[in-house]
Amino acid sequence: MILVYLIGLLMGGGVLALLMGQWNNSLPKWIALCTVSTGFILLLSFWIDQSRIMNTLLPETWMMEYRHDWISTFGISFHLAIDGLSLLLLVLTFFLGILAVLCSWKEVKERIGFYHFNLLWILAGISGVFMAMDLFLFYFFWEVMLIPMYFLIGIWGSENREYAAYKFFIFTQASGLLMLLAILGIYFIHGSNTGNYTFNYFELLGSDIAPNVAFWLMLGFMVAFVVKLPIVPFHSWLPDAHSEAPTAGSLILAGLLLKTGAYGILRFVLPLFPGAAQLVAPWAMLLGVIGIIYGAILAYSQTDLKRLIAYTSVSHMGFIMLGIFAFNELALQGVVMQLVTHAISTGALFIMAGMLKERLHTRDLRLMGGLWTQMPQMGASAILLAMASLGLPGLGNFIAEFLILLGAFKANVWLTILATCGLIFSAIYSLRLIQQVFLGASKNLDPIQDFSWREITLMASLLLSIIWLGLYPQPVINTVRPTIKKLEELFLIEKEYGHILINNKRIDSLPEKNVRQVKTELVPSNTHSYVR
Amino acid sequence: MMDHLLWLIPAFPLVGFILLALWGKHLSRFWTAIIGAGSVSLSAILTLFIGLNFLSSTPADGHYSQTLWTWFEVATFIPKITLYLDALSLVFVFVITFIGALIHIYSVAFMAADKDYARFFACMNLFVVSMLLLVLADNLLLLYLGWEGVGLCSYLLIGFWYENPSNGYAARKAFIITRIGDTAMAIGLFVLFYQFGTLSIPDILALTPTTWHEGATITTVTALLLLAGGVGKSAQLPLQTWLPDAMAGPSPVSALIHAATMVTAGVYLVARMHVIFQLSPIAQMVVAGIGAATLLIAGFSALTQYDIKRVLAYSTISQIGYMFLALGLGAWTAAIFHFMIHAFFKALLFLAAGAVIEALNHEHNMFRMGGLKSKLPVIFWTFLVGSASLAALPIISAGFYSKDQILWYAWASEHGNTTLWLIALFGAFLTAVYTTRMLLLTFWGDAKTAVSHYPSKLMTIPLAILAFFSLFAGFIELPHNFGHLTLFSDLLHQVLPETILKAGIHGELLFQLLAMLVTFGGIYMAYILWYRKPQLTEKLKQSAPLIHLYRFWFSGWGFDQVYQVLLVKPVVFIASINKNDVIDKFYQGIAILMVRLNRALSFTQSGSLRWYIIGLVVGAILILSIQVIL
Repeated sequence: MILVYLIGLLMGGGVLALLMGQWNNSLPKWIALCTVSTGFILLLSFWIDQSRIMNTLLPETWMMEYRHDWISTFGISFHLAIDGLSLLLLVLTFFLGILAVLCSWKEVKERIGFYHFNLLWILAGISGVFMAMDLFLFYFFWEVMLIPMYFLIGIWGSENREYAAYKFFIFTQASGLLMLLAILGIYFIHGSNTGNYTFNYFELLGSDIAPNVAFWLMLGFMVAFVVKLPIVPFHSWLPDAHSEAPTAGSLILAGLLLKTGAYGILRFVLPLFPGAAQLVAPWAMLLGVIGIIYGAILAYSQTDLKRLIAYTSVSHMGFIMLGIFAFNELALQGVVMQLVTHAISTGALFIMAGMLKERLHTRDLRLMGGLWTQMPQMGASAILLAMASLGLPGLGNFIAEFLILLGAFKANVWLTILATCGLIFSAIYSLRLIQQVFLGASKNLDPIQDFSWREITLMASLLLSIIWLGLYPQPVINTVRPTIKKLEELFLIEKEYGHILINNKRIDSLPEKNVRQVKTELVPSNTHSYVR
Repeated sequence: MMDHLLWLIPAFPLVGFILLALWGKHLSRFWTAIIGAGSVSLSAILTLFIGLNFLSSTPADGHYSQTLWTWFEVATFIPKITLYLDALSLVFVFVITFIGALIHIYSVAFMAADKDYARFFACMNLFVVSMLLLVLADNLLLLYLGWEGVGLCSYLLIGFWYENPSNGYAARKAFIITRIGDTAMAIGLFVLFYQFGTLSIPDILALTPTTWHEGATITTVTALLLLAGGVGKSAQLPLQTWLPDAMAGPSPVSALIHAATMVTAGVYLVARMHVIFQLSPIAQMVVAGIGAATLLIAGFSALTQYDIKRVLAYSTISQIGYMFLALGLGAWTAAIFHFMIHAFFKALLFLAAGAVIEALNHEHNMFRMGGLKSKLPVIFWTFLVGSASLAALPIISAGFYSKDQILWYAWASEHGNTTLWLIALFGAFLTAVYTTRMLLLTFWGDAKTAVSHYPSKLMTIPLAILAFFSLFAGFIELPHNFGHLTLFSDLLHQVLPETILKAGIHGELLFQLLAMLVTFGGIYMAYILWYRKPQLTEKLKQSAPLIHLYRFWFSGWGFDQVYQVLLVKPVVFIASINKNDVIDKFYQGIAILMVRLNRALSFTQSGSLRWYIIGLVVGAILILSIQVIL
């Protein structure tokens, strides 16, 4: 039930904030803060509880499940479940959720109730995406996170907000529709094969789909996820959306929304279509590498602070694509680390961009410079974040990128070498950012404040997390290990028999059975013992 | 056993860094200095303590090690935060902490007037921590942490005076160029991991001889990838261009970068991974070749500089070239010996140069110095000692003993040959010339700038200590025909193999005499050119072919310009023309198309009945005629 409560909490809190916003301007903030913090504490205690188990014995993949029939005629149920990956991303969601509330504390001055309604509903949508084990429900939550975000950008964004909001909406919606088609496709194919029409993820895992059909269905899913991630050439909504959104919007976009893309690939594309995924792997890795370098070069040339950070996201998400399609434990663990650390470090950079905008009323790098003199604390934090972004060892992002590259090296040497060169470019743009904003001669003569206490708390929590993840990332690794192991096993078998599977369409051949065996292992066996 | 104290060596400066970084603003200058210099001094004392213990009762397996925690564990990849101290790392740790401490103490006075006192010491402490982790790392990933940390600190300190954008440029240049090497090294780590299933250095070194064949491609590739990392950090050809610009930082920073940290990292890496290099004759040859080429190129450049710190910078590149040459020759201990001696005299020279520059109100140009011999006697004498060691003044200076070994091995070791020996010998000549030139211009002749500051005791005492070592540290290792003392190489032979000589090599004395002759020749030539007949020099400089050569050398052989044209400009150009993202144009194109289509279609919705009727009629005719035709 705890899973339902989490979503209910956010949605209810959102409605409450909306209603209270009619009377009072500060009440919605407190409501939002309380709801998200409650959820965070709930999840954190559950995680700590789980990690105690994880240390002693090999934990089950699935930790919790909730299922209730919804529209049973169509085989749709309200089905939530979490494994380590979901849990980790949920913790991240609520953590960044708290920060999102805090960083808009002073920034948002209009329609505060509606603002927090949107904020909480986005978080609810994201949480739902991370938990839904029913493909229809998943699509539902996918839309839930889209629409409030559209409002968030469109209403509270900066000058060019409407354009950015439209663009964001159209890209996500169009790609989402393709996913809906693919979901329906797999629904009907599975239904006509077995007579059991269902959207249940676990049942669909075992379905037999002719490889050429599977390929197109997989592409349907992939498009939605790759646009969200985003991967070059589907990235062009991102710089606009990120730069025009309010600070909390950018934080959630970079920190969480992009992660739903990666999550989708890990949760749906790979387990549902392992053969087809194998087929596109070299191309996917190539796109990842192109993204790494293309994003980095574009980041270098930007003059708008938030656009620059946005393009660094494009570059970093390329690593995720590269890692996922390397299909081995090292790379996949690296991908999960990258999801977490990029959320933190880039989120922090966006928060900092917001703080700078509050003080200087501009995002234009050409108008900044020499801010270190007046704001050494912010400058030092910025250097640390820039170092995280360029992958300095000792900070979480390094572990992520190193593991991804190490894993990918096994899968494809030359692409990995190219991707490694991306590390040089990341140094170039990160250092340019620092130089433009904080170093050089001071261009701003008005006195400006360094961090306030609220801002110190915000920043410190992010910086400490990134250092912790750099020096002792084991809790994160342990949490997702069962999920990653299962994924890797799936591809070990797929690799052995992959050719037969793709070339011969004989479904009842030996290899297919093997694959199915593993696939069914992905289904929760005794999750009920964990249900609370 | 002192294993359990190992962690304290990097921990002291780390705590110093944390304290200064978090509370530096609120600390008084006095406490900042105590924390900043005190933390490194404590490390130095502890190192002496542990070192003596290590020497007196060397453990049976030849090392101390201490595991602090498991960094992370993914599949079979389990890097640990483990410190590992053997004879090789002991030498490095000693140099880093001891010279580091002296530089810190000097800085207490040197930086006294700076407004960012705490930031300076915080970065310096972090620099020492990173370098200590680099040399104490038991696995290559932890080494890489120190490696990158050193890069970060060099960035922070070279750009310490951040208001001036050109300092920021130099800082970024250092970081990015060394990062190019680091990237190659990272790829080297990937290869090593898949070859050996681990990144633990002792494991790799133990497995290499049984896993890899001598001269196999994989061995050479790996060795060259690691070498690329070393070349970046150690400012060797072709990645040497960052070091001369690194002068932008305060003088103690230069001393730290050039003597105790950073540029020696490459030497350490190659020496540490010597087993891999030994198995690849090609890689060995490349190492020696890079060293020889670099020492020559940098030597010529040093000859033409007028900024005293740039002379020293080029001399560092050149001296590290000697170390690489020695590594390539298989003269492992000779390289490390030269590293240690070089650390003493180069730290001394930079600190003394810093004192001179400060005394002359930030004058860097040697041609505007002069006559300081009597005005700054302590600086003069210590600088003289440092110069003597750099120029390898025979018998009395430590530099002679360390460099002479390398010269001898360039001839006599199994990898040695006449070309390498001649280059090394000519390099020694160049070194003597530019060192004497620097000394003459700075301290002799007429005073051209008035002395405004005099160095305090806190600055002169470290200089005196370093001068002592620059003279006498050489006596722990004497040639076998002259005292035959091998304290240093005996210690290192626990870790590094002995140098193999060619069969039937004789006449070491002859080579030593030649080396002495060359040094004296260089000194004499500089004396003539820059003291006795400076007019002649000016005339020579103006003559047609020489002036071009002079400019070419002065600019560091045009490497910067070539990189600018081949690498920097294309990247900047591509970035700038694509600022608005060409891919976005495609989507905008779709949007524009839609709008146009919308306009075209809405044009037909005019609301005028006549148009609609015409449309109907035309449509009907069209359909009918199509039916008729078909």
